[in-house]
Amino acid sequence: MSTSAQEILGVSRREGRRLMDLWWQRMTEAAQTGHPTAYVFVMAPLSELLLTFDFVINAPEITSLQTAIRGQSQAYIQLAEDYGFSPDICGYVKADVGVQLKQGEHPYGRVPKPALVVTNNVCNTYIKWAEFWEHYYGCPVFTFDLPGWRGRESLREGTEAFRETFENDCRYVLGQLRELIELCERVTGKSFDIDRFREHLREANRMAELYHAVCDTNRHVPAPFNAPLEGVTYQGIANLYRGTPEGTRYFELALEEMRERVRLGMAAVPDERFRLVLVGTACYSHFRRFVELFSSWGGVFVHSTYMVFAGGGFLPGFRYDLRRPLESFAEQMVRATYWGWTGAMFYQQEWLDQVVRDWKVDGICFHGVKSCRTTSTGLPDVREWMRVQRNVPGLFIQSDLVDPRLWSDAQIKNRVDAFFEALAAHKAAAGR
Amino acid sequence: MWGARKVVAGVDVGSTQTKAVILSPEREILGRALVDTGARLNEAARAAFEAALQEAGLSPEDVEYTVGTGYGRFKVEFGDTQVTEISCHARGACFLFPNTRTVLDIGGQDTKAIRVGPGGEVLDFCMNDKCSAGTGRFLGAASAALEIPLGELGPLALTARNPVTITTTCTVFAESEILGWLARGRKVEDILMGVHASIASRSLSLLRRVGIESELTFTGGVARNVAMVHLIREMSGVPVNVSEESHYCGAIGAALFALDHVLLGERAEAAAAAGGQ
Amino acid sequence: MLVAGIDVGATYTKVVLCEDGRVVGRSLVPTGFNFARAAERGLSAALESAGLRREDVGYVAATGYGRHMVPFRDLALTDLTAQAWAIHRLYPDARTILDIGGQNVKAIRVDERGRVRAFRLNDKCAAGSGAFLEKTMRYMGYTAADIARLAEAAQDPAVVSSVCAVFAESEVINHLVAGRSAEDVCAGAIVALAGRAGQLVKRLRGEPLYVLTGGLTRVPLMRRCLEQDLRVSFVVPPEEEGVYAAALGAAQLAEERLRRTAQRATA
Repeated sequence: MSTSAQEILGVSRREGRRLMDLWWQRMTEAAQTGHPTAYVFVMAPLSELLLTFDFVINAPEITSLQTAIRGQSQAYIQLAEDYGFSPDICGYVKADVGVQLKQGEHPYGRVPKPALVVTNNVCNTYIKWAEFWEHYYGCPVFTFDLPGWRGRESLREGTEAFRETFENDCRYVLGQLRELIELCERVTGKSFDIDRFREHLREANRMAELYHAVCDTNRHVPAPFNAPLEGVTYQGIANLYRGTPEGTRYFELALEEMRERVRLGMAAVPDERFRLVLVGTACYSHFRRFVELFSSWGGVFVHSTYMVFAGGGFLPGFRYDLRRPLESFAEQMVRATYWGWTGAMFYQQEWLDQVVRDWKVDGICFHGVKSCRTTSTGLPDVREWMRVQRNVPGLFIQSDLVDPRLWSDAQIKNRVDAFFEALAAHKAAAGR
Repeated sequence: MWGARKVVAGVDVGSTQTKAVILSPEREILGRALVDTGARLNEAARAAFEAALQEAGLSPEDVEYTVGTGYGRFKVEFGDTQVTEISCHARGACFLFPNTRTVLDIGGQDTKAIRVGPGGEVLDFCMNDKCSAGTGRFLGAASAALEIPLGELGPLALTARNPVTITTTCTVFAESEILGWLARGRKVEDILMGVHASIASRSLSLLRRVGIESELTFTGGVARNVAMVHLIREMSGVPVNVSEESHYCGAIGAALFALDHVLLGERAEAAAAAGGQ
Repeated sequence: MLVAGIDVGATYTKVVLCEDGRVVGRSLVPTGFNFARAAERGLSAALESAGLRREDVGYVAATGYGRHMVPFRDLALTDLTAQAWAIHRLYPDARTILDIGGQNVKAIRVDERGRVRAFRLNDKCAAGSGAFLEKTMRYMGYTAADIARLAEAAQDPAVVSSVCAVFAESEVINHLVAGRSAEDVCAGAIVALAGRAGQLVKRLRGEPLYVLTGGLTRVPLMRRCLEQDLRVSFVVPPEEEGVYAAALGAAQLAEERLRRTAQRATA
């Protein structure tokens, strides 16, 4: 193997770790110095805008999942439950509340207090989560009202109904953006710099292109990466470094690496036998175990809905129009809300249909989580649709995002094994 | 590979009971046994295995291949491989009733709805394995709450004239509901019928997810309950098969998979031998 | 006046007879299916043990799950109120009571007069009640009597962490399938139960003096876990006091009420 190949292989992991460490450094510093930090959510993060005001960006969904990856989420969750939060509440929220109750103490560093919270209604829980911070810290909270999906037929692009609705929604969101800008100016004392904003948009454009190109490398057989594994880093960087040159550079390296893996025929799962898609969220408390249950059968996840809706919501082909930065920004938010987030959550069958064909998928794993009814709603129905309408086998399992108490190893393994037994028999019968 | 009297075995280590079946190369059941699982699974597996062999008049050396199934399948230390009970119940049900296209297995701890192909292959399955609603656990809870032995629940429920409707979905709350109905003076059989109906309707829900195709074979311990069989027949609207051997369905399927393995090996040997000529 | 406190519980009915502030008789009978009859049986048994007659009873206070089904009651009280009262009379400094019963776990905060200020019951699910523990034991082929012994012999308590008693049962089975010992599983179940019970106390923002009652207090590991988790010391009344607390409290509160009524009459 050439030295350049040696250098490039593993780079997305190494570079990913370096960037995550760097981010945690900045967060911990901000916790100490009081540098203004903005709390954002992975759906509608608005990083490009907030970066122009030099906010440190905190994404609590990410800090929460990291507590689970480090095997400490249960302790944080129980702190929140002792405080009074019900067991039914989203695990992400409780893990974060636990962190806040410990003055930001986190396995990876220190989470700074919020100078500003930007929440939205793409997820109802976001609103209540923000209320907690408002109550606990007295910080300003900006709530985005993002108009969602309003019915299939009327929202077909190219129709008059679509154009009218879309333009109205964009105007509405643009108005809110202007209000947010005013608030940011008040909180930071800085003026909005539209040129800086444009630069962030330019980087985001490039990153989105690269992100999709990376996802596309998995069309190759065998797949070079496993969506729930490498995907977590891709999503993390896409969210935390969105609109930054480091973020873009990261995806350039990741793409180079995946292409090299493809060239060398290197598979994420050696002896790849089954290509799968993961619908729903991952299970972070049993991160590696989850993947192992599938990889032990030669199963690799070539794609996941999570990579779509938690990776920035960029639809393939979308580009910010740098001549109309704010308007275009509003348009991306509206489109992402129509299709990138809610679409990936509720009407996955169309997307799945296409991915199954283009990524040569053998089966789909539908993963419902106790924490989130929103992402879990409709999973059995989509599974049925794929089975009945497209003859694509689907497996249904349930656990949680971060709460290890909701992982039943024996039960989940049983279902996974049965699924693969049937898939293997199906493939053998079809002579494959 | 096959001696004159070689056989295969299937051992199904369930959470409450362990079953073993000895199968001849002609697919004849030569012996079967059932023991309580208890806390030491490998011992239970061995006990069931040896008891089944005894019934068959054979010994462990006569067994060519053993497949373990059930939750405790990896604890069948003397087994050759493991297959999930979903696949095994599908195979077993088709063995018992060749026109089976849907299988319902209500166990003590979980419930499975399985749609199968003509050869007993699993086309789709839907399980309820954590929440006890719709599983035999609820019957166990009712039995304890009402202090009536499990075996008597079915016949008693069938005498109901005015069944109550158990409204809660969680069996933990349903236990309270049972007590409440008793306190209100409702008859035990009416309450029991309500309990059975609650389980049956949850099972139907699972069945509908995989699609009910005639014939439906009802297996598992709860299939011995006459009230449940009656309800499943009524609610499913298709012919429902119940076998005396329903307890052994999983073990039978496991034995059939064991037979597959041996026959595959035989064919491979024959092909190699032919190739060598 | 002879006063009867009748606690009609889901499993057992307890009766305490009081006269001028003294306990003169008591009984414990299985509740069965008919609450009214259980109350009668219990009352008869208590009277017999005291050598008294039904006509001697001047006032009946009913409490417990089946209190509204006692047709001859003069007063119905929640067992929370009754229990808290009795325990406070026993320990005037008591401010937080944790009762780990077969069906329920209750955490009660009382004031200096023994009145209930706040309470928490085990959440929607029974994860944290003795019933879950009993089921676990039965599943493993033991009885409730073996709990303490097994728990003490544990080497490494299995983690049983479910939020639902039924899910916890699944966890127990999985542990056994994985080859964990009955001792470790039993201890694990106790630790889980103690955790859930302790959480009720935390949500309540409990204060000393802490009193622990209920059948599970017999298990030393339970008490140790609770004291460790909450970093407090518990006073544990003799078991009988706990069992009869609600019935006694009902009788005491009835006497209290009669006393005040008499005072008002003479005033």
